[in-house]
Amino acid sequence: MLEIKCPYCGKRSQNEFSYGGDANVKRPALGKEVSDKEWDNFVYLRKNPRGNHSELWHHVAGCRKWFKVSRDTLTHEIYNTEKLNEEF
Amino acid sequence: MSQKYRLDNVGYIDREKAISFKFNGKKYFGYQGDTLASALLANGIHLVGRSFKYHRPRGFIGAGTEEPNAKVQLYKDAKTEPNALATEIELVEGLVAQSQNCWPSVNFDIGAINNLLNKFFPAGFYYKTFMWPKNFWYKIYEPIIRKAAGLGVAPLKPDPDRYEHKFEHCDILIVGSGPSGLSSALAAAKNGARVILAEDKPRFGGSLLTDEVTIGNKKGKDWADDTISQLKSMPNVIVKRRSQVFGYYDHNMMVMLEKTKDHIDNPNKFIPRQKLWYIRAKEVLISTGSIERPLVFGNNDRPGIMLASAAKEYMKVYGVLIGKKPIIFTNNDSAYDCAIEFKKNGVDPLILDIRKNSDSSSVKEAKNLNINIKFSYGIANTNGYLRVKSATIGKLNGDKSGYENLENIPCDCICVSGNWTPTVHLSSQSGNRLKFDENINAFIPDKSRQNETTIGSASGKFNLKQSLEDGFNKGYEISKKITGNDIKNSPPTSNERTYKDHDKFWCMPLPKNKHYKRFVDFQNDVSVSDIELAVREGFRSIEHVKRYTTLGMATDQGKTSNLNGLQLVSNIENKIVPDVGHTTFRPPYTPITIGSIVGREVGKHYRPTRKSPMHSWHEKNNAVFVDAGLWLRPRYYKQGNENLLEASKREAANVRNNVGICDVTSLGKIDIKGSDSAEFLNRVYTNSWMKLPVGKTRYGVMLREDGIVYDDGTTTRISENHFHMTTTTAQAVNILAHLEYYLQVVWPELDVNVLSTTEQWAGAALAGPNSRDLLSKLFPNTDVSNENIPFMGFKEEDLYGVPARIFRISFSGELAYEINVESGYGIFMWEKIMELGKEINIEPYGTEALSTLRIEMGHVAGSEIDGRTIASDLSLDGMLSKKKDFIGKRSLNRKAFLSTDREKIVGVVPLDRKTMIPEGSHLVKDNNAALPNPKLGHISASCWSVEYNNPFSLAILKEGKKRIGEKLYALSPLKNISIPVEIVSSHYVDPKGERVRS
Repeated sequence: MLEIKCPYCGKRSQNEFSYGGDANVKRPALGKEVSDKEWDNFVYLRKNPRGNHSELWHHVAGCRKWFKVSRDTLTHEIYNTEKLNEEF
Repeated sequence: MSQKYRLDNVGYIDREKAISFKFNGKKYFGYQGDTLASALLANGIHLVGRSFKYHRPRGFIGAGTEEPNAKVQLYKDAKTEPNALATEIELVEGLVAQSQNCWPSVNFDIGAINNLLNKFFPAGFYYKTFMWPKNFWYKIYEPIIRKAAGLGVAPLKPDPDRYEHKFEHCDILIVGSGPSGLSSALAAAKNGARVILAEDKPRFGGSLLTDEVTIGNKKGKDWADDTISQLKSMPNVIVKRRSQVFGYYDHNMMVMLEKTKDHIDNPNKFIPRQKLWYIRAKEVLISTGSIERPLVFGNNDRPGIMLASAAKEYMKVYGVLIGKKPIIFTNNDSAYDCAIEFKKNGVDPLILDIRKNSDSSSVKEAKNLNINIKFSYGIANTNGYLRVKSATIGKLNGDKSGYENLENIPCDCICVSGNWTPTVHLSSQSGNRLKFDENINAFIPDKSRQNETTIGSASGKFNLKQSLEDGFNKGYEISKKITGNDIKNSPPTSNERTYKDHDKFWCMPLPKNKHYKRFVDFQNDVSVSDIELAVREGFRSIEHVKRYTTLGMATDQGKTSNLNGLQLVSNIENKIVPDVGHTTFRPPYTPITIGSIVGREVGKHYRPTRKSPMHSWHEKNNAVFVDAGLWLRPRYYKQGNENLLEASKREAANVRNNVGICDVTSLGKIDIKGSDSAEFLNRVYTNSWMKLPVGKTRYGVMLREDGIVYDDGTTTRISENHFHMTTTTAQAVNILAHLEYYLQVVWPELDVNVLSTTEQWAGAALAGPNSRDLLSKLFPNTDVSNENIPFMGFKEEDLYGVPARIFRISFSGELAYEINVESGYGIFMWEKIMELGKEINIEPYGTEALSTLRIEMGHVAGSEIDGRTIASDLSLDGMLSKKKDFIGKRSLNRKAFLSTDREKIVGVVPLDRKTMIPEGSHLVKDNNAALPNPKLGHISASCWSVEYNNPFSLAILKEGKKRIGEKLYALSPLKNISIPVEIVSSHYVDPKGERVRS
């Protein structure tokens, strides 16, 4: 079980959190013309890197905040966690 | 009470307390402090079980967790436990144990015929034999194999015991209380670190319990005892015995099983049987010691053949001689300790040493004691069926490929030592890549990937001085890093026998023309010839050899066999061991009980139960409850001998004709506030929300980004910037996270806050043509007219002194209201409604009637919003705004979503107007078509229509409404029925929706 440092609450065990996928995915702006390909990329396609992955986690059994985690997908090492408006 | 093999005055058992126990139906005695293994050995019993494949008689090999053979079935009925290790079971009064994997008895076992047929059971037997004919597998092979497989028998009754989970944090977790574990604990604790010291055995001290050593002028055992009492007195230290740290998980999460009950006579019933500790440790010190390796020779598995270290432990700890005519067979010095111990207790051992000579202090001591030592000797074979009787020994020739002579020597036990294997399981589990140490011929930990350090003999340091220094240094350094303190103690002086290099030779040659079985893995009956065969057949990867031969795959996880297997493969392939590599070490290190994993989360504690504030009223009024997610909701209120269908018909009819009340507390409720709330709703719902007036409610549908319908519900504008959203019971939790995601991640610029208020409001739905009359009684000072509270209207009013919210919304399709009050007033509201509704015969209705009402109205719910349907499939096209963008809108242009033959919602009635159509039935054109019969759709929900008094179902059907009027068949292969049906509109009752507006 991972130990994740919520930027608001501090270190907690993984069972307080839920995973939210790639943090770099940007939803196309509402009302914007989007090609099929762009939309397909946004809805379905995700990278599956071996190594550092910047991803979203949600502190569901805590402060209910979404935040960013930089995690190694191979070793599970967590390099950093940040609030959404902060840069890694 | 005679225990023929018990010594006087040796060991740490309490001879004042005799304990009786039963083994294979016979009564024996042992002492307080014995294990089942030591007590049986004291009574001269070696034969405890039969091997897995060949049913060969087997005895004890070890004295602890490494034991591969001595697995027994404990107790009977609900308390029974299979595969318990006799070497780990502490003796208690009344213990009952039984041998496993044998019938009719361990002495005479029919299954031993497999031993005679062993030529037919080579490695890969199952893969080779049961391939054909194909249809034999299910009918013949599989049932027979299944019956023969497994060792013990699983209990059939629920576990009567209680198991606890415990969560703990510490600076340093130290696994193992041998010399390095104790010294590191002392150093770290004195330097201020919060330490947990875990020992799997009932006694602390590890090798200090059995080795003739002194530490700081004390006997090893006394130093261990003193150190433990010192540690126990420190407030920053937790010391635990009978506690096996069996798993090393991510981020230094260690899991430990503590046995808390089984060793106690007449335990208090409130004591849990076991505790599972989840320990998050900043640093882990692994001082798990090492396990002796067996030597491999012909018929090396007979009862009476044991590890030399185990034989020594039985003597030193339990005062038990494992035999009186021992042969010690070794390739190193450590086994001489065992021989010396025998000699001291009046038994003359014979030592066979593979080496040409050795001049270590232990060999000298043995010589001084006049122990018979034969150098360059090996054992070729052993004899004796149920117990070893003699050994065929011989002088090894120069290159050790054969024997110069062979002779038969009588014996009653053989103690073997093939040197030591560090117990590296935990470090390997942590991600540490092991490296091969040529000096000790075994793997040791290399670079740590997590915060772990291996010390003492687990790291290949086999002498006491090194272990103590290692422990003190690492304990000090690591605690300094954590606490910043700098209190250093020097390790005490120590004194021990010296050991010299071992001989790497360990697998005895077979005499010419002999084909004795030489076992490598005892529990899984893997012999040298099996591994040779696997390599010959082309298996190269050690992981493949493992799976093909089952080497190391038994419950002992190859603690005594892995390394010998690797050495064998490397010998055959002319490789060095590190090139062969090793198989993966996986948790748990020792088998653990399912009960301990589950802990207290059994039965109704498996997950929380959510109850509405009106629950006690439902109970008092004969509600039959149903699980709705975590919620318990009344399914129907039973009157007399009614069944579910009768009750739900009565309740639903009362709603259609009169007025009913339903507890809707479980619906998800989300409070939404902020200046951009309307804009936000406009984005998450498919319809328009900007112009919803204050005091009005609107129905909304949400999509996922892929265009599939996610959830539906109503949202009310309470004031300009304040909304009250409802979701389905099932999706309440997910929708909140969904909203939070969009507010925090996607559109953080919006000024909106969301908060779950599901638990804060109690809800009651009043539904039926007479609901307005009732409402006027509940709120006598309020104008309840259709003009003042119109369909989709909202009012905040006073319910006899309690603030209440009135929503005019309807799930039943009748004139209906939902009343919410703060949860604490829920029961007051409910009872008030029942009191005032009594004269018009109000009746409560449950979820079954609620379903009936919504199904015949064609209102969709979870069975239609099933993660596969889009809005147009559910006749919700009108809900999709063309003027604005919303979540998931862009996906609706996908080709598959625009296709004209999509499956869409319709109504279905059976032609006979009598037969209920089972939910999940398939709709087909021809009920006699060849299989697979092309499926046109499926029945999503069924009810008995109270409006028309016949069955009615909703279905998702290809081409949907175009098929209205068609006759099809509903097939339910599970129930073996085929029902002729007619397709009708999904809006079966009141298709124009006049009632809700009346």
